Amino acid sequence: MNASLAATRLGCRRGWIEFKQTLTNADSLVPTVIMTAAFLGVMLLTRTTTVPGTHFSLGTTMLTSVLGMSIGVNGLTSMGGLLAAEREDGTLLRAKAIPQGMTGYLVGKIVTVSLTTLIGVAGTLILGLVLFSGLAVGSATAWLTLVWVLALGLVATLPIGAILGSLFPSARSSGLMTLAVGGIVAISGVFYPITHLPHWLQWAGQVFPFYWLGLGMRSALLPTSLVAVEIGHSWRHLATFGVLAGWAVIGLAVAPWLLRRMARRESGSSVAARHEKAMLRVR
Amino acid sequence: MAEDIVLDVRDLRMRYGRNDVLNGLSFAARRGEVLALLGPNGAGKTTTIEILEGFRMRSAGQVSVLGADPALAGEAWRARIGVVLQSWRDHARWRVRELLEHVGAYYAPYPVPGLPRPWDTDELIAVVGLAEHAGRKVRRLSGGQRRRLDVAIGIVGRPEVLFLDEPTAGFDPEARREFHDLVHRLADRDEATILLTTHDLDEAEKLADRILVLVGGRIIADGSADELSRRMSTEAEVRWSRDGQRFVHSAQEPTRFVRDLFRQYGESVEDLEVRRASLEDTYMALVRQAESGQERGADAAAARRLSVVTG
Repeated sequence: MNASLAATRLGCRRGWIEFKQTLTNADSLVPTVIMTAAFLGVMLLTRTTTVPGTHFSLGTTMLTSVLGMSIGVNGLTSMGGLLAAEREDGTLLRAKAIPQGMTGYLVGKIVTVSLTTLIGVAGTLILGLVLFSGLAVGSATAWLTLVWVLALGLVATLPIGAILGSLFPSARSSGLMTLAVGGIVAISGVFYPITHLPHWLQWAGQVFPFYWLGLGMRSALLPTSLVAVEIGHSWRHLATFGVLAGWAVIGLAVAPWLLRRMARRESGSSVAARHEKAMLRVR
Repeated sequence: MAEDIVLDVRDLRMRYGRNDVLNGLSFAARRGEVLALLGPNGAGKTTTIEILEGFRMRSAGQVSVLGADPALAGEAWRARIGVVLQSWRDHARWRVRELLEHVGAYYAPYPVPGLPRPWDTDELIAVVGLAEHAGRKVRRLSGGQRRRLDVAIGIVGRPEVLFLDEPTAGFDPEARREFHDLVHRLADRDEATILLTTHDLDEAEKLADRILVLVGGRIIADGSADELSRRMSTEAEVRWSRDGQRFVHSAQEPTRFVRDLFRQYGESVEDLEVRRASLEDTYMALVRQAESGQERGADAAAARRLSVVTG
């Protein structure tokens, strides 16, 4: 017990170290900056366009939706991608060779991905406040909603990301995950109100956490009048909580089992075999 | 003494599908002993070491490492084991010192009297010769430096049993010698039991108290380098000169041959040399013998008859 507590503390330290590395590393920083810049560009272009049926800026609405979406996308693809990549390069096997190393590794990953998500959200929000008008950040409830949606969003998507990461056989194939997530985001009402999609797509979009994360952030940061363009003219906080909690329960129930199975299968020769395969592809 | 046995493997078998990779290995190692698993590629060296490390399930047989079954042992057992695997490219963005310090911290809750865990980071960095590179990012290390770091991570917890899979691949001769010194130090001073795989004979001879030759999933020989070459070499080469003329003779019993030589020619025999087969000759002969036995489709019994297992 003492040792696993120590490992959790070490995991936090590990997460902090890797978070700092992410911030000072061009490979991981450049794509994030480019993505953020692209989103901001689109939002700025649509700043003067209005949300259909209102006089409110589509760009500002989009900003809040992207904020919500980015929590989910980060939680899922970063966690999944990192796990797949680090299984390939032997980081996981290393963790397995150290006492309580797996605990430390997973705690570390959760901390790193959470911190990078947080700083992404904070950065986008600050830029949004400077560049866009109309965000309703004056009330305590706004911040309260933002915090619980953010926290629940991470708890809902990190374990699912870990599950996907442990299922994909290689870092390369985890690219498929990013692609699939992109497809789901497209029907999640992030860039345009979901009510303008065909009915069946609306239903499909509402299965996944991205729609709800966007809705949650809109409910936190947009004026109350904007509720008129949402499904059922409601922010549906209870449903948001329900769906995100549902994903969290599924993830937390399945992830430990899958991670253990994945860890059990790691060995020096499996790492070497994957490396060889990857090298063959490069050549 | 039984409590001195740290590694105990009995009739270890591994089968993938219908393919038998390990066909009943049995061996043991005492505290502080250095064992080399020597054999050609595909002989089953890595599979064996991975089973002992607890990274791979076995098909059959008994395995005990520090009194526990590696397949079931927990984290406290893990803290007493050191592992250096073949290829690692992890933690590329970490700095050498930072990584060693972090990994070492996991061992702190598992102290043993007289064996402080973990190893002091700076001391360890100096021991593996990375002092100049302590602040460097892992991905900036050369192949040999990276390997030293792997070794350092493997021993940072001051393991009682250390597994090394091809530890010196990519080392230059100097690094190799420093590594050999390190292994001797770990075995002699810290009484670590060390099992290493290699296909470098020279290395096995220099490092190991005992060499296990593994071919086709069987141990075909088990003994010190000296014992192996003595056991195998039925012939020795005798060279001498007499009246300015040089002679070479292969003798089954060189001692008797030389005695006869002196009896016959007395003091006119000069430049006498008796050379036993080198370990390399022995090893090649063993491997060839075992492999040809297998090619002939010999069953397990026949292969055992051909082999020179005595232990």
